[in-house]
Amino acid sequence: MKNLKNIFFSLLVLMSTTMMAQQTPAGKQKGSILITGATAHLGNGQTIENSAIGFDNGKLTYVGTLAQADRNSFSRVIDASGKHVYPGFIAGNTTLGLVEVDAIRATDDDAEIGGIIPHVRSLIAYNAESKVVESMRPNGVLMAQITPQGGRISGTSSVVQFDAWNWEDAAVKADDGIHMNWPNSFTRGRWWLGEDPRLVPSKNYSEQVEEVVSFIREARAYLKGSQSPRNLPYEAVKGLFDGTQRLYVHVNGEKEIVDAVNFTKENGIQKLVIIGGDEAHKVADLLANNNVSVMISRPHRLPNKEDDNVKHPFNLAKLLMDKGVVVGIEMNGRMNRQESRNLPFFAGSFAAYGIGKEDAVKMISGNAAKILGIDDIAGTLEKGKDATLFISEGDALDMRTNIVSHAFIQGREVSLETHQTKLWKRYSQKFGDK
Amino acid sequence: MKKILLVLAMFWCSISVFAQEYFPKNDGVKTTNNNFTAFTNARLFVTPTQVIDNGTLLIQNGKVVASGASVKIPENSVVIDLGGKYIYPSFIDIYSTFGVEKPKRRPGGGRSAQYNPSREGFYWNDHIMPENKAMSKFKFSNQKAKDLVKSGFGVVNTHIEDGIIRGTSVLVALNADGDNSERILDQDAAQHLSFSKSVTSNQSYPTSIMGAMALLRQLYHDAKWYKDGNSSTKDLSIEALLANQSLPQIFDAGDKMQAFRAAKIANEFGLNYIIKGGGNEFERIDDIKNTNASYIVPLDFPIAYDVTDPYNASKVSLADMRLWNQAPTNPGLMAKNGIRFALTTAGLKKASDFKTNLMKALEYGLDKTKALEALTTTPASLLGKSDQLGSLKNGSYANFLITSGDIFDKNTTLYENWVQGHKNIVNDMNIKDIRGEYDLTIAGKKYLLKIKGKFSAPSSELTLNSAKIGSKMTYKNGWVNIFYNPTSEKTEFVRLTAAVTASDNLSGKGTLTNGNAISWTAVKQAGKEDANGKKDNGNAKTYETVPVTFPNKAYGVKELPKQQTILFKNATVWTNEAEGILKNADVLVKDGKIVKVGSNLSQSGATVIDATGKHLTSGIIDEHSHIAAASVNEAGHNSSAEVTMEDVVNPEDINLYRNLSGGVTSMQILHGSANPIGGRSALIKLKWGENADEMIIDNSPGFIKFALGENVKQSNWQSFNRFPQSRMGVEQVFVDYFQRAKEYDEKWKNYNKLSAKARARTKAPRYDIEMHTIAEILNKERFISCHSYVQSEINMLMKVVEKFNFNVNTFTHILEGYKVADKMAAHGVGGSTFSDWWSYKNEVNDAIPYNAAIMHNAGVVVAINSDDREMSRRLNQEAAKSVKYGGVSEEDAWKFITLNPAKLLHLDDRMGSIKAGKDADLVLWSDHPLSIYAIAEKTMIDGAVYYDYKQMQQIQEDIRNEKNKLINMMIKEKNKGVKTQQPKKKVDKELHCNSL
Repeated sequence: MKNLKNIFFSLLVLMSTTMMAQQTPAGKQKGSILITGATAHLGNGQTIENSAIGFDNGKLTYVGTLAQADRNSFSRVIDASGKHVYPGFIAGNTTLGLVEVDAIRATDDDAEIGGIIPHVRSLIAYNAESKVVESMRPNGVLMAQITPQGGRISGTSSVVQFDAWNWEDAAVKADDGIHMNWPNSFTRGRWWLGEDPRLVPSKNYSEQVEEVVSFIREARAYLKGSQSPRNLPYEAVKGLFDGTQRLYVHVNGEKEIVDAVNFTKENGIQKLVIIGGDEAHKVADLLANNNVSVMISRPHRLPNKEDDNVKHPFNLAKLLMDKGVVVGIEMNGRMNRQESRNLPFFAGSFAAYGIGKEDAVKMISGNAAKILGIDDIAGTLEKGKDATLFISEGDALDMRTNIVSHAFIQGREVSLETHQTKLWKRYSQKFGDK
Repeated sequence: MKKILLVLAMFWCSISVFAQEYFPKNDGVKTTNNNFTAFTNARLFVTPTQVIDNGTLLIQNGKVVASGASVKIPENSVVIDLGGKYIYPSFIDIYSTFGVEKPKRRPGGGRSAQYNPSREGFYWNDHIMPENKAMSKFKFSNQKAKDLVKSGFGVVNTHIEDGIIRGTSVLVALNADGDNSERILDQDAAQHLSFSKSVTSNQSYPTSIMGAMALLRQLYHDAKWYKDGNSSTKDLSIEALLANQSLPQIFDAGDKMQAFRAAKIANEFGLNYIIKGGGNEFERIDDIKNTNASYIVPLDFPIAYDVTDPYNASKVSLADMRLWNQAPTNPGLMAKNGIRFALTTAGLKKASDFKTNLMKALEYGLDKTKALEALTTTPASLLGKSDQLGSLKNGSYANFLITSGDIFDKNTTLYENWVQGHKNIVNDMNIKDIRGEYDLTIAGKKYLLKIKGKFSAPSSELTLNSAKIGSKMTYKNGWVNIFYNPTSEKTEFVRLTAAVTASDNLSGKGTLTNGNAISWTAVKQAGKEDANGKKDNGNAKTYETVPVTFPNKAYGVKELPKQQTILFKNATVWTNEAEGILKNADVLVKDGKIVKVGSNLSQSGATVIDATGKHLTSGIIDEHSHIAAASVNEAGHNSSAEVTMEDVVNPEDINLYRNLSGGVTSMQILHGSANPIGGRSALIKLKWGENADEMIIDNSPGFIKFALGENVKQSNWQSFNRFPQSRMGVEQVFVDYFQRAKEYDEKWKNYNKLSAKARARTKAPRYDIEMHTIAEILNKERFISCHSYVQSEINMLMKVVEKFNFNVNTFTHILEGYKVADKMAAHGVGGSTFSDWWSYKNEVNDAIPYNAAIMHNAGVVVAINSDDREMSRRLNQEAAKSVKYGGVSEEDAWKFITLNPAKLLHLDDRMGSIKAGKDADLVLWSDHPLSIYAIAEKTMIDGAVYYDYKQMQQIQEDIRNEKNKLINMMIKEKNKGVKTQQPKKKVDKELHCNSL
């Protein structure tokens, strides 16, 4: 333990020299870098012991064993012996940068009014300078999907990276998909009118589904025609039909999931992702057969029903992976934003309950990239992809050993300082801790 | 015309004998009827246990004059020979709202809550209304009376079902012929109470059950004080309460847990509440028995869920399914356990459900005599009216039923229900029951004639060689008419008619299809009286009910776990003592305590658990939780020191079990943060299956919640008229209450110092639960755990209490503790914080995950708490974050959730470390307990294993099988044509600091 403490102090000293008000985005990668000696977790389920990871101009140029690497062709070598290298972790379905402080309404930009508003885009409201966003990086979370909330079709999300001057810089994939909150087949009794407060089968379910079906059909018809006069909502879902955008359906119940899968199949929607999926394991075969991937809820939640397996939220990843479903993790839930920095530990929790540790890493790297459609440039440590990665002192999925010493986004070495580390240092110094 | 006759017959009445004799008479001559009516040859139930065959009941002027085997019948008697029919005392509904309209909700208040009362001259709280009288709102309802009379009721005790103290009820006979002068038996029959506020006032207090309990207690204290002449002002509510003191006290609990709470108050004040239950008393029948209270039990059993859609069915909880299956056993189990109870129709949607559900209760094991007692003698005696009601003894009201047989037999017909000597005909007893199977021979053909259905209007079913023949019958005024179509080719009818006589057979005349007249006889087949084909004699059917568990829901236990002698071998033991972390160590547990820690231990008879490769730690203690609580905040006042979470511990919260699965063994259930001075805490062990009292830690030190900042100044919701609205005001609230409590305490100390003689001369100070509690804090007998965020307010509270010469025990949340860690250490206060929560409101902007580390390094006793039912089941991970953020050593980080919270809760002499002599609250982990990969495999409390990971998975299977079984039973019920309800999914409300 002494060791860890020492690491902390040295980090502290290192960082206090670069203290600034808001973390300034790093400049473009200058000179090639090789990280040597670490255990590399590639994000595709594989590891390389005693590895070398090289990158230049923001792209990975070498991923392999140290033995076969050419050290001399790199301008900077970082010795990471005994440490671990991971691809930057990717958080799905967050509201990072859309809200700063929950209780202050003025800082809240995560939802718009109107039921079906696919044209509303999260990207332009994303605050690249949020203090919450910068607190992700010291834990290895370097990218996220920024998702609008509420309504039936909430709007269009984008994928961003966490070291940017503004939203335009931040965008990794603008407008990656459309988000839909699938109707619920159960609805709460009107307790204020003296009705049973329990949930009862919804009388409006088919009507609500029909509303969505009808919108999609109309949009499809519109897109085949002259498109005049222009209709913003219809145009916003164009990508669903040509496969350039995903449809993210936020849904938990078994019946609703089946309905959502059938809905997309019948309406020419190319790529469906289930967000949540509490009961997805009950229809895992259907999902696997239709190439529907699932971003499951964070395991740090309670079972949905009193009778459920006490460990169901932890078991879900294994139940789905065993059936061949591509699984990621989404952030919906209380303190969606602040909790996103715990993404590695969510993955670790799934590893505690049945899946392999590398599969757990994959959920928040390779799989996440695949699900979000950015796997051509991110998600795994593979030659040619973005050099978005970090070095951890130990197992990054375990909070005891998730100690990040270096993080790179597109080859730029990013600051690991935050509002919080600054306060930590200020008061540690005040009390003469060190 | 016939219809009119029938209606007249229904409400035929003897001349009103009770006409007030001093009233003037202008519409005719004055008549008096002093005749007797004698009912002879009856099976007479004088009481449920005193039954006389061939008995006589003699009544006069609405009262029973005599009842027995040899009653002398006076000359001026009308004699009614009942020929073996049965007479019972009619039923009493002790819990009714008959004829009393429920008050309407007062339209909502303004944008801020109402803190002051709306009334003058009454108690300070609008929801206390002992002065209310149901009589003042009572209006006799003929239609409702008729329904009740049909169900066998003669008297109801009706009240205004509104408020905490609801005033007096009126006892009324369901005498539609008389008027109020006759039917009102007692206009102040009982006083009614509940925990629910009145809809007629928007006064905020109490917002919680615990507040309602505290209010009742304070009221009883105040009433005594008032009675002793100590008050210089008038209080009409208290005067009414004192006047109602001697009446029966009927408490509407409506649920078993609420019943325990009501009984608790009754016991504290030496009262006898008659508790109206919720029908789920069977789930903790032993505890119900131990309340020693009498009960009023409803019969509103849940109906089956429509589970034919498997998906919808999957949403119905095991608990709800079980309740459907088991609830009809409730009355029977109450009886078997010797609990005194009355039955009520309350909660039934329609009057006819009463008989259906009563029959069900009998089928599910309720004894007939007990059932009759619960409807007659028991309610009469609970109301103190045994001499007038509930039996047919001399002097009782002539309230009785005449039936064809055993009243609790399905096939029995209720003929007449007499109320105060007035006859109400339910079914004409002069109609002969001709139902049965007959051999009918017409024109050489032998038919089978079944007469079935309602005995007063039966229907026919005619078969020839098992082939059904279309037929119709009528039975009116003693004549039977049957017609049928013997050949299906032509529409021609055979018509038969017969007058019903004393003979069992039917015989009369008829006309064949060709117009020829005939004579016919239908010979009744012996032993086939009930043509419904079901010859069920009474209620011998047995129904399968699934076993009750504790609590009666998923993961409940059939038997409580027992203390065992257990030897953990070869574990990595986190002692939290000077020994540190021991490798390959053994721990012996016996009689609920840790007996030995060492290596190579052995103990004969001990269950040995091989813990090789595993970690053994003391149980996790959560300093700040809101699970297992029926309510969290009493937000009606800015101080609620008078309430205690111990009143509202809910031992049935599934989150207790879920927390065991994360290795939590003890916790402080805190009041919320709605007000600067909150309520007292409950310190519990998570003994899943036990009742609330057993969970509360014996001799637990007293704690109270305080709060600062945005919640108490109500920054984040609409409220603008409660002091304080700023941090400046918060300080003044504390100074004010501490000063008042100090003066209060001195007053009592001076009073108690007086000699007995001097005390008799001196007015006693008023006993104030709130002030008494705050005085305990000043006297260092109770400790503060204070919700806090920013440094200014943290500093402020320390300075305020220092002026009153005591210390804050714990700052909880304390997210800016790191900014004043030196001051905290100097003050000697502990810090119980979140690991990494921030940015959810303005006051947590500067919350940092390094907080625990900085405070710890400054010498503050630090704990990591949850304030969250989900997080608490992985507090080990939260502690581990202190290793990441700030480099706390693993041993110290582990103490953040075990030994340190034990210290903060003054329980470290009993728990928090693995040391001989301490409570055996232990957790066996699959891995390093701070690791993300660790799974709690066993959680032990006081030497008994309350959670086992493997067992939990087995229970999962059991739940599935049991649900499957119940679903099949419900589908069977639906197929029988029984009404079902749509599936419903339970939602449990998540409670936090700021939950209201």
